[in-house]
Amino acid sequence: MAVEKGEALDWYRKMVLIRRFEEQAEGEYGKGRIGGFLHLYIGEEAIAVGAMAALDPDDDVFTHYRDHGYLLARDIDPKAVMAELFGKSTGVSKGRGGSMHMADVQRHLWGGYAIVGGHIPLAAGMAFANRYLGRSSVVACFLGEGGTNIGTFYAGLNLAAVWKLPLVVIVENNHYAMGSPVERVSAVREIYRKACAFDMPGVQVDGNDVLAVRNVVRERVAVARAGGGPQLIEALTYRFRGHSMGDPQRYRTREEVETAKAGDPIIRWRHAILEGGLATEGDLRKSEAAVEADVDEAIRYALDSPAPEAGEIDRDVLVAEERGHG
Amino acid sequence: MAETTYRDAIRGALLEEMRRDERVLVLGEEVGVWGGSYAVTRGLHEEFGSRRIIDTPIAEAEFVGAAVGMAMGGLRPVVELMTINFALVAMDQIVNNAAKIHYMFGGQIRVPMVMRMAAGWGQLGATHSQTFEGWFAHVPGLIVVMPATPYDAKGLLKSAIRSDNPVVFIEHSRLYGMKGEVPEGEYLLPFGESDIKRQGKDVTIVTWSRMLQVSLAAAETLTKEGIECEVIDLRTLRPLDMAPVFASVEKTHRALVVEEGWTTAGMGAEIAARISRERFDSLDAPVERLGQIEVPVPYAKNLEALMFPDEARVVEAVRKLVA
Ligand SMILES: Cc1ncc(C[n+]2csc(CCOP(=O)(O)OP(=O)(O)O)c2C)c(N)n1
Repeated sequence: MAVEKGEALDWYRKMVLIRRFEEQAEGEYGKGRIGGFLHLYIGEEAIAVGAMAALDPDDDVFTHYRDHGYLLARDIDPKAVMAELFGKSTGVSKGRGGSMHMADVQRHLWGGYAIVGGHIPLAAGMAFANRYLGRSSVVACFLGEGGTNIGTFYAGLNLAAVWKLPLVVIVENNHYAMGSPVERVSAVREIYRKACAFDMPGVQVDGNDVLAVRNVVRERVAVARAGGGPQLIEALTYRFRGHSMGDPQRYRTREEVETAKAGDPIIRWRHAILEGGLATEGDLRKSEAAVEADVDEAIRYALDSPAPEAGEIDRDVLVAEERGHG
Repeated sequence: MAETTYRDAIRGALLEEMRRDERVLVLGEEVGVWGGSYAVTRGLHEEFGSRRIIDTPIAEAEFVGAAVGMAMGGLRPVVELMTINFALVAMDQIVNNAAKIHYMFGGQIRVPMVMRMAAGWGQLGATHSQTFEGWFAHVPGLIVVMPATPYDAKGLLKSAIRSDNPVVFIEHSRLYGMKGEVPEGEYLLPFGESDIKRQGKDVTIVTWSRMLQVSLAAAETLTKEGIECEVIDLRTLRPLDMAPVFASVEKTHRALVVEEGWTTAGMGAEIAARISRERFDSLDAPVERLGQIEVPVPYAKNLEALMFPDEARVVEAVRKLVA
């Protein structure tokens, strides 16, 4: 396997971090400490972790609202992510964004966007700016397969293709858009084939295999960076939890979910590490324990952090205009 | 001072700002070789080339969204939406992205962009003759500019391009050929400063964009009857500068809002509410509003002519107010 021990363990730790972070967040939601919508990424961790491993730190990232995993995979402090869920001033978006709208510009993570497909043109624009200003950064844009049925996907990718932008679009096909299975809402079931409409490369990858994701994303990013234009990747995965909290999941059977869990990306990577002799059971346990402590600390931090001051409510609506011109 | 058309004043602002700042670029449908559907960008492609004058596919949501992304990435895009009607296609990008990103992510990101679009009409039928600036003015996070003169258009567009905020800049197709004084040198005009375009003591007319010209013509007629109208041009609809309006109403005790769009839930309703709320004791009559007839705009010339406030209707409304 073309992975070093350190890398292998890092990916494992990040996937477990996302898993434990969200399991705990789910519990906190039940206690009423987190409000609104909370879309869990559980079962899909290998995509964020594999993709971030393939990107340079100053490559730019845009995501949809199921976004906690990308922030954690990008080494953004779990404390600030949890604090955002708690609506605290120490959150990544200062408590103004919540679960669906998290950004950390220092880490080139330009935000979770909650209008399906609405961020695709933004990602294209960022890619344009990068090229225009002579930056070599590539933009990665994540979305769900349901988001490939809205106009911004088609016209956005067309724009990116016409302008040959350094953009990699990664569609996480978790098979359901809320309760709609792919075949009910998409005339084309293999999402990667939609790339042909833009004469753009489209590839499919096992999204539950973190190494495969890393490799495919790395390859596509290299092409985009070299001026090969936008690339489309479909990563096949499965959402183990409901769409958001309180989803009775009438659209699928328990058996189907249990069967899918056999392909759990974390368990798979654990086996791969042990089989490949990349690390020992002890190493993995140690990593799990460290994650446990990090998540506990994140919750404590979020609880202890102050809520935004009432006076913050009208800050940052507009940037102050420079007065006195003219 | 030189006489310049509204169109040339806008082009002049674009030209000056593009020469001044490499990060400024123009994108939209047919803005390049064609020169813009109202010829506003004519000549820019020759000077700046396809790198900075960018023709887009017919995809308003996507090229406005791309401009938001460009702005986030450090550029200062000026998007041209052929007409305000097509902005409807991009409404999600304007309202959910451009207007929200600075606030929603805790002030981390700025979106310095301008969205130019033309309101107006001219036997274009229901889908191509609209004026709904109030839809944009409703949204916190946007700046909304709607200039009535070449001078204001140039100074305000230059400020819009230099602003770090998303600015909706609404031009008017029937003003493009209008001439006015524009100084040679550089100048900028600030947002949120209403301008008294004519002084008077009897009635306050509050207006903006093309209705300013209609209101000024009406004021000219009324002066012959001994009625002196004070005509205030709002120029920017968000932020809204009501101070000169309030001061005027204290003097005239009567106010008429003249707008080109539908009055129901329109911009004029906001103006009337603010005057009534803030200067209730100064008013001798309810604030009056004049706008277009509440139907989709028809094609037939005679019907279309009935649609919008004209000089005669403004004159009549003022006469009633002072009666
Ligand atoms: C334009 C728009 N329409 C509807 C919604 C409501 N909505 C939120 S998520 C969702 C399903 C999206 O599914 P998919 O794109 O596959 O992503 P997933 O949630 O599976 O990650 C819908 C319909 C929305 N947020 N935006």
